[in-house]
This record gives sequence, C-alpha cells and structure tokens, in this order.
Amino acid sequence: MTGILPVTMPKFGLAMTEGKVVSWAKEEGAVIAVGDELADIETTKITNAYESSVAGVLRRRVAREQEDVPVGALIAVVADAAVADSDIDAFIERFQAEFAARPVEASGDASPGPLVVHAGGRPIRYLETGTEHQGRPIVLLHGFGGDLNNWLFVQPALAERHRVIALDLPGHGGSTKDAGAGDLATLAGVVLDVLRALDVPKAHLAGHSLGGAVALRAALESPSHAASLTLICPAGLGEEIDDDFTRDFISANRRKLLQPVLAKLFVDESLVSNDMTEDLLRFKRLDGAREALTTIREANFAGGQREILRGRLGELGDIPVQVIWGAEDRIVPARHAEGLPASVVTHVVAGAGHMPHLEKASDVSRLLLDFVG
Amino acid sequence: MSKKSFRQAINEALRQEMRRDPRVVLMGEDVAGGAGAAGEDDAWGGVLGVTKGLVGEFGRERVLDTPLSESAYIGAAAGAAATGLRPVAELMFVDFMGVCFDQIFNQAAKFRYMFGGHAVTPMVIRMMYGAGFRAASQHSQCLYPIFTHIPGLKVVIPSSAYEAKGLLIQAIRDDDPVIFMENKVLYDQEEEVPDESYTIPFGEANLTREGSDVTIVGIGRMVQIANAAADTLARQGISCTVIDPRTTSPLDTGSILDSVEETGRLVIVDEASPRCNMATDISALVAQEAFGALRAPIRMVCPPHVPVPFAPNLEDLYVPDAARVEAAVRAVMQHAGKQGARA
Repeated sequence: MTGILPVTMPKFGLAMTEGKVVSWAKEEGAVIAVGDELADIETTKITNAYESSVAGVLRRRVAREQEDVPVGALIAVVADAAVADSDIDAFIERFQAEFAARPVEASGDASPGPLVVHAGGRPIRYLETGTEHQGRPIVLLHGFGGDLNNWLFVQPALAERHRVIALDLPGHGGSTKDAGAGDLATLAGVVLDVLRALDVPKAHLAGHSLGGAVALRAALESPSHAASLTLICPAGLGEEIDDDFTRDFISANRRKLLQPVLAKLFVDESLVSNDMTEDLLRFKRLDGAREALTTIREANFAGGQREILRGRLGELGDIPVQVIWGAEDRIVPARHAEGLPASVVTHVVAGAGHMPHLEKASDVSRLLLDFVG
Repeated sequence: MSKKSFRQAINEALRQEMRRDPRVVLMGEDVAGGAGAAGEDDAWGGVLGVTKGLVGEFGRERVLDTPLSESAYIGAAAGAAATGLRPVAELMFVDFMGVCFDQIFNQAAKFRYMFGGHAVTPMVIRMMYGAGFRAASQHSQCLYPIFTHIPGLKVVIPSSAYEAKGLLIQAIRDDDPVIFMENKVLYDQEEEVPDESYTIPFGEANLTREGSDVTIVGIGRMVQIANAAADTLARQGISCTVIDPRTTSPLDTGSILDSVEETGRLVIVDEASPRCNMATDISALVAQEAFGALRAPIRMVCPPHVPVPFAPNLEDLYVPDAARVEAAVRAVMQHAGKQGARA
C-alpha cells in the first residue's frame, strides 16, 4: 500500500495532547499541494490554519469536524487517485489498530522538553529542536511578556530543515526572574551568553517585538554571532509603542481584565482563548515576574521606546536583515518598517496584528525559511 | 513545570517558604514523627505524609513534633507568631478544632484588634476536611463555615494542586491567622504545578468554566464536582459558569454577583452541613444584592443535616455528586422555562 500518506493531528506546543478539527478547508477528492490549507485546528490555547506537508488527493477525512482527537491520531488520508478505495480502507484500519495499541508513553510527549542553560550565572530556559540538522541554527527571541511557546507554530516548521533554539528572555517564562537592568544591552548580553554557553558561534537571529530589538542589539554588539537578522514587529525602530498595553499587561490580574489587553495583539480577537489568558496570569503570579516585567517596561517602553537603533542598521555591514510586520499591528506601528535602508528586506503581512507568528504562522515560517536559505 | 499531586504541591510550598524565610517553622502531631526511635526519623510526615522529608532538610528545630495537645501547640503557634516567627501548625483533622478553638478564635483572631493594630499574627493552621475517605463522623466534617464566621481569620479552601501551592505560599506570607483547609480526598490528584514559587491572592475567585445560563459556585473539592456537572450539561446545551471562590474569608462577592447578573440563575455546591454553611451565606448575599437579576429560585446542593455516615454506601450518598448538581441546574433552567411560558 505504497503512496498512501497519513495526515495526523499535529502537536502545536509542548502542552498539546489533543486537538480539534474545527472545519475542513478541503473536500474529499480535492487535489492537495504541499502548503495548501487543509483544516482549522483548535487547541485549548489557540486555533491555527493547518497546512498540508504532503501532496496528492485528499481521499478521506477521518476526523469529524468538532471532534477532539489525540496528537498523532489519523485525521485524513492523502493518496493518488489511482489507489483503490479498499486499499485506503485497509490503510485506515491498520493505522487505527496500531495507534490504539501504541505504548502509553508514546501517546504523551515523545519530543524532548525545554532545558535550562546557565548563561552568565543566570538560569535560562530554552527549547531546542531539529538537532539532527547541520548548519547555522535559528535562534528565536519572544517579545515582552511572551515566552518560547509563542513560536509553537513556527518552530516545528523551521525544525524540519534547521536546528532551532527558542529561549525565554530573563524575566520571562521558565528563565530567571532577575532581569538585571532590563535594558536592551542587558538582555542582548544574556542572549550572547546563551549562544556561548551552547557553543553556537553563529546563528540566524529572529526576534519578535522586544525580542527583535534584543536580536538587533546583540548583532550590533557582536556581529560575528549573527548570520542574519529577522525582526518581527520589532521594537527599536521608532519611538511609538502602545504605552497602555505594556502597563495594562502587567497590572491586569484577572482574566476579564487581561483578555481585552491581549485582544489588542490580534486582528482576530477571538484567538485570545481562556487558556492563553490563564497561562499568562499564572506566569505573572510567579515570584519576581511582575517586578521583572516592570523593570523591563521602564527600561525600554515607559512613555515611548527608549532606545532607537534605526540609525545603527548601517553598522551591521553585510549581515542580511529582513523585517516582517503585521499590517494591522496596534502595539508597534507597521510604519516603522518604512524608510529603512534599501538592503533591508521588508514584508508586511495582511490580516495580522502584532503576533503574525501566531496569527499568520505559515507566512512567517515561509518567510523565515526562504530568508535563511 | 511538571505534574504534581495535591500532597506534593503543599509539601513544595512549605519547603520553598522554609528555604526563603528562616522564620517559617512547622508544628504538629507527628509532622515528622519517629523522634528518639532508632532508624525511625521522619516516620510519618503528618498523618497522611504531607510534610514528609522536611525534617531532613530543616531539622527538628524547625519541624516540631508536639505533644498530643491541640490546645497547647495551637496556642504556642499563636504566641510564636505574635513574637516574630511564621509558624505553620497542622491540626490534622478539622474535627479536632473543638479542643483548641479558644486559642484560634479568642486569641489568634483577636490579637490585631486587642493590641490596637500593633500586633500581627502570621500563622497558618493547616487541617484536613471532608467526607469520602471512609474516616467516619469524627474525621470527615467540613466546619469551614465556623471559621468563616469569625472576624480576624482568613479561610482558604484550595480546589486543586495548582491552587493549593499558590494559596499556601500566600497564606504563609500573610500577616493574619489563616485557616488552610485540605480536602483529604484530593491528596493524590495530580496536575501541572510550576516548580517556581508563586502566589494566588486571597479574595479573588477563579472562574473554572464560563457560560451564560447558570452560575454554579463550588467550595473546595466541590469545584471539581461542579466542573464535571458543567461539562456534562454543556454537551446537553446548558452552559454554566463555575466559580471557585478560593477563600471564604475574604469572599469575592463581586465575582459571584457579576456572574449572577449575567446568568440570572444560581446553584451552590457546598460539602458542609446545610444549615449556616457557605451555600446559605452566598444565597443570602445574592438574594439581598441581586434579587432583581434572579430568574429562578437559588438551589443549594449540600449533604443532609446528619453526621457523616461510616457505612460506605451511606457516605457515598451523603457527599454531593455531579448528578445532583446537574439535577439542580436543570431544575433552575426549567423554572425559567415556566416563567417564560407564562409571560
């Protein structure tokens, strides 16, 4: 039964154990190309358009819409039109039998979880994937208040071709809540320390928002560490930033108060789930988290961005730089992407706000993959 | 982050606070156990092993096995708190409060007031409560309404492992006497609990489900019963908000009233005996403050007004279960239907 390809429930992020096909984007019998949107898949955290990694004819939609199925379960079958229906049936039957009989531990998290590296004495949490690939790794830096899970859709796509390291900046996620002075120099210094500790002499640096400014600052600090820079809705390119957002993000201590703050991040505000909000509330309850966020906000964003690096882009020499912005970013305006040096490649993503890597994840993955080569 | 049981979450909260603050000490009957017996150090860790392992790290200076006299050691804890330590005393079963209640309600709860606001009493009294453990009528009661009644005490009833760790750390850092109630049926239940220290503030309810038809308030373990009922009802087209008040004193009245304003229907699930319990208290609150919003009578799901039975079949009937909550929710929904038909 060669040429029959299973499509299984993907694993978006560490915590995902099951997902739901909200709606199918293709009918049975449709011809599918790699990258075609197959279905909207919902986790408890967020919904994402799932793109096919295989090509062929969508022969069978196994998962029903609105049905919860475990990660790794068969949701569809793709095969050539010439394959007999009876062979498809047999394939499904065999897959289901094997899936039902899988060992209990395999049903959980087979992939390695995040690790902790001590960088300059600070414990920093990071998640490394795609370790089988040679070549320059891609390092992912989240934004203010985020963590490595912000890359849950992008990191797996990148890891199919590259080693990828996503880390939690100081004050965030599972890293130390000691953010030091909290300014770009401090945060960039920690990132460079992490690279040294992990024995990564050079990497493609990609950062979102605050993480973008940190990536840029790190590349200015130590150009030899940067193979390229991808800045997603970055800070550091202009003065404007939604001051209320960073303030309310810290102070909102209940779901009802935090949800409207988070809604500003997206074009489709329904993406802000209870679980996403609850996770952030839990993060902010950790000892030192709110203090660290306050330090970082005051060092970087209070009353407008403090450190503008736009004028220093020329110092990067021949390090390739691309800027990706959500067209409807309400936190840092997309017009900061204008008037950059001609060598900077700029993409404005329609239908995305401040979180294009969550809202238009496949676009961001593709732009990153194309850019790093 | 990893999965931890309710028991482990409490142990970890104690350990982390004892590491952070040398003033935190433990007191109670067999909170370590085995002192003086060869090869038996840390034999118990409390009657259900919650404090197991702490004497090894902190020594008997800070993990104190006390004589079998609740009145003596609860009083000693109150005095220690007033003089600068931050004791966590374990009363074992809440049912034993009777022999030391003066130390709690006339002493610890009153110090701040008696001394003109110049004294603080940062003590925590941990205790097990609840039926369903086959422990009979003298080891199965809830009794938190009695503590809730006393001004000067804070009363915390965690509903899960995550809640327990954050609320206990908050309790230890609080400058008032805190009653911390642990439902013993929950001890082996696991969920994701952060490794780091964190606090959950008092007086802030948690909405564990959000829906538009009925508000269900659950206390302690009853939050889980309410969640199970809400999930079943959701599949049948009835959407419920479930509120875990987390603390009965202070009580987050705002969250309860806001929700009832939205749903117009209220069911309260309380494992405490039905007279003068949290269900009657919250009913009175809503009847007084949100009467106009109510579209149906308030329903209370509570045990019958009898001592907790020892016979397993009777004990199972005694404790509120999801089926009873579902029936109460359907009853308030049907009432609204009749009203609608008349109008």
